[in-house]
Amino acid sequence: MTVFAFYLFAALMLASGAFTIFARNPVHSVLWLILAFFNAAGLMILVGAEFLAMLLVVVYVGAVAVLFLFVVMMLNIDFAEMRAGFMKNAPLGVAIAVVLLAELVLGIGAYRAGALELGVPDGSAAPLLGESNIESLGALLYGNYLFLFETSGIILLVAMIGAIVLTHREQRNTRGHQDIGKQNARRPEDATRNVSPEIGKGVEL
Amino acid sequence: MIGIEHYIVVSSILFVLGVLGIFLNRKNIIIILMAIELILLSVNLNLVAFSAYLNDLTGQIFAMFVLTVAAAEAAIGLAILVTYFRNRGTIAVDDVNRMKG
Repeated sequence: MTVFAFYLFAALMLASGAFTIFARNPVHSVLWLILAFFNAAGLMILVGAEFLAMLLVVVYVGAVAVLFLFVVMMLNIDFAEMRAGFMKNAPLGVAIAVVLLAELVLGIGAYRAGALELGVPDGSAAPLLGESNIESLGALLYGNYLFLFETSGIILLVAMIGAIVLTHREQRNTRGHQDIGKQNARRPEDATRNVSPEIGKGVEL
Repeated sequence: MIGIEHYIVVSSILFVLGVLGIFLNRKNIIIILMAIELILLSVNLNLVAFSAYLNDLTGQIFAMFVLTVAAAEAAIGLAILVTYFRNRGTIAVDDVNRMKG
């Protein structure tokens, strides 16, 4: 059963990955990408990494893929023109892909033949006995890796601020814009003048 | 449990698909970003598989950090893309070298 599920998820993931890069319409590409992420989450569940699988579904399908969809639909792009260099680049791309795949498969073959030593984990990060995957991960994340965890939070904050700054457009309305700093710096003594005019003399303006 | 080699083969094929996607869709930066997501996904799969195989959770922690950085990278990349499209009216990345200054 597990073997069947593995091959199902793996085949679906590779097929949807291929469709992601070969699809003519970028909207279809995004949808295939979502399917690839779902199947990758299934593969992760098969090895017992439930938390990461759910994280993948929430973060990628819920946020990143929707972001891609937004951008694809917001920009009015001529996609036919984008495909112009597809066949021209194909031979080089396929050649590089074949070489890379051959190298990777040779590396796996070397590992199977015993030429690579993986090393043995020292057990300091082993899953807790009798605890679920998420509890073991949380104990490790909030213990050993707390600093890195907070750093990743700062990375997300910087990314958020960067994205907002990049895409924010200054609203220029027709009546001139409000300068709050200038308003706050204004004092009554700069703007007004007390005079006590005598009768019949008038006021100098 | 499924052998570790199966997972390595699947994730290396996905990695190669991502690299191929970058080369095939050189003009369409949206597809390039998606291909980068595919590459990061294959790396994550590899990390998780080895983490389960070696009974060591460090791989899963690292995969989580990769996920964080990938999400941040997608957000920034798409923001740059939107700004570029607003200024140029196209997303052809052939003439991006004119963007300096």
